[in-house]
Amino acid sequence: MSSPLLSTNGLVKRFGGLAATDGLSLSVAEGELHALIGPNGAGKTTLIGQLSGELTPDSGTIRFDGRDVTRLPVHKRAQRGLARSFQITSIFPSFTALDNVALAVQAHAGHSFRFWRDAGRDRRLADPARAVLERVGLGARAGTRADALAHGEKRQLELAMALATGPRLLLLDEPMAGMGPEDSARMVELLQELKGGVTILLVEHDMDAVFALADRITVLVRGKDLASGTPAEIRNDPAVREAYLGDELEVA
Amino acid sequence: MPPTAPRSALLTRPRIALLILLAVALALPTVAGWMGEPFYVRLATRILVFALAAVSLDLILGFGGMVSFGHAAFVGIGGYAVGILFAHQADGSTLFGLPGTVNGLIVWPLAMLAGALAALPVGAISLRTTGVPFIMITLAFAQMLFYLMTGLKAYGGDDGIALWSRSTLPGPLNIADHTTFYYVVLGLLVAALALGWRLVNSRFGRVIRGAKDNERRMAALGYPVTRYKLAAFVIAGALAGLAGALLANATMFVGPQYLHWSRSGDLIVMVVLGGIGTLIGPVLGAAALLLLEEFVPELMDLAHAGLGEHWKIVLGPVLILLVLYARKGLWGVVAGRRP
Repeated sequence: MSSPLLSTNGLVKRFGGLAATDGLSLSVAEGELHALIGPNGAGKTTLIGQLSGELTPDSGTIRFDGRDVTRLPVHKRAQRGLARSFQITSIFPSFTALDNVALAVQAHAGHSFRFWRDAGRDRRLADPARAVLERVGLGARAGTRADALAHGEKRQLELAMALATGPRLLLLDEPMAGMGPEDSARMVELLQELKGGVTILLVEHDMDAVFALADRITVLVRGKDLASGTPAEIRNDPAVREAYLGDELEVA
Repeated sequence: MPPTAPRSALLTRPRIALLILLAVALALPTVAGWMGEPFYVRLATRILVFALAAVSLDLILGFGGMVSFGHAAFVGIGGYAVGILFAHQADGSTLFGLPGTVNGLIVWPLAMLAGALAALPVGAISLRTTGVPFIMITLAFAQMLFYLMTGLKAYGGDDGIALWSRSTLPGPLNIADHTTFYYVVLGLLVAALALGWRLVNSRFGRVIRGAKDNERRMAALGYPVTRYKLAAFVIAGALAGLAGALLANATMFVGPQYLHWSRSGDLIVMVVLGGIGTLIGPVLGAAALLLLEEFVPELMDLAHAGLGEHWKIVLGPVLILLVLYARKGLWGVVAGRRP
């Protein structure tokens, strides 16, 4: 078995007396869609923070693409191909949808110490950006200012920006947060298309979506890995049923 | 097929406004001559010099969201570069083994270099913070430099340095002549505006604007944001240094008061008054502030002797009204709602 694309080993993060991440060892294999579920307060957001580099763990290591990235700042992890989307939409409100994505393309295209040429007329930025917008279904909204987009569209834009950096791993923090059923269905469809092409670590509350999409699922409870396995294994795991899923799973 | 954007009309309202402004600026010395008021040329020169300083501040304040409350320090340092080299030229002494000079082609670029070199460490330290701490740290650095210049007895200390000749430029550009100097300053301001315009629309400019909108997301996309902000801060410092060199030539004097925090405040007022993040707006802001400062006290003194020194009673409400009703300042009023 080849080494995983992303792995954590004995990761610990405490806030005061509370261990939000408690000796967590997690691994995400290249190419898989790995879902991370758990009740509120399980430490999912704290984990995402540490994986992306906004939080520094108290102990333990994070390896990405064969390298120890535990102490690497956010932007360097991103440059190595670790892209993320945010639970609370994080876009550039005064830029158009196209320019939001173009900014992501530009980040991937190397340094930006170019002071003279008009970036707005640079097709090396606009063309790939437009392609990504089409891919997430926002092609028709390219010229709209980001703050004028509908909520669902902002979520699509959020994903488009992460995609446009050409990532090796997508960290998706509740991509369906606040979405209606129609938008959610479209997002599931989109993630289905992306699956296989890019490795994804998906944090999501929508159980239907998680069980439809995931190759593997890790259940996080109080900062610990309660269970890891295929959707079928997780569905039938008595500990998981007891701790978290309960009746919800009967429906799913 | 990507849809093509509709081609904008050639004569939009902002463009017409720009052309009128440029025509007024070009015709001003001639008109002042007709009116028999050559003083207006010198006032206008001062306005253009402060406009250059305000435009440089707008680059970081308006586009990068960096509220520097110490920008006058870089203006002052540029001024001192001119003043110090003049002083050595005047008494024939040397500085680091080199003679002084009044050659503008040497002194002005050196003033820009001095502004940039001062901005580099100030920016590198200040940019570790954002928001109010950033404002306070830039202010603290500027005040440090202010007191440094006050204590610099070799160069006049408190009294500063009086210049008795302006910088020399090659060919027909004799800037001892007020009108020639005016046009030189106007040319440099237009060049700075063109440069600034290219800058904010370039890839670099997008990073700066993106950082203002959402710095956290910029980092998540892979941008080392601070590095780009620092580069912008240094570029603004260099332009402020040039403004300082021109200010020294305009007033034939440099002194610590150029670095005083109230000057930094004036520059912020010019940017806000004229239209933050518009580049051209701060030019209008500089004109408005200096014209108010010139004429309102006189008018108030006419109404009641001694009232003029309280002229900021008028400035305050004007500022408040503009902030409340014209978010893009005077330029927003002139150019209409669309940027």
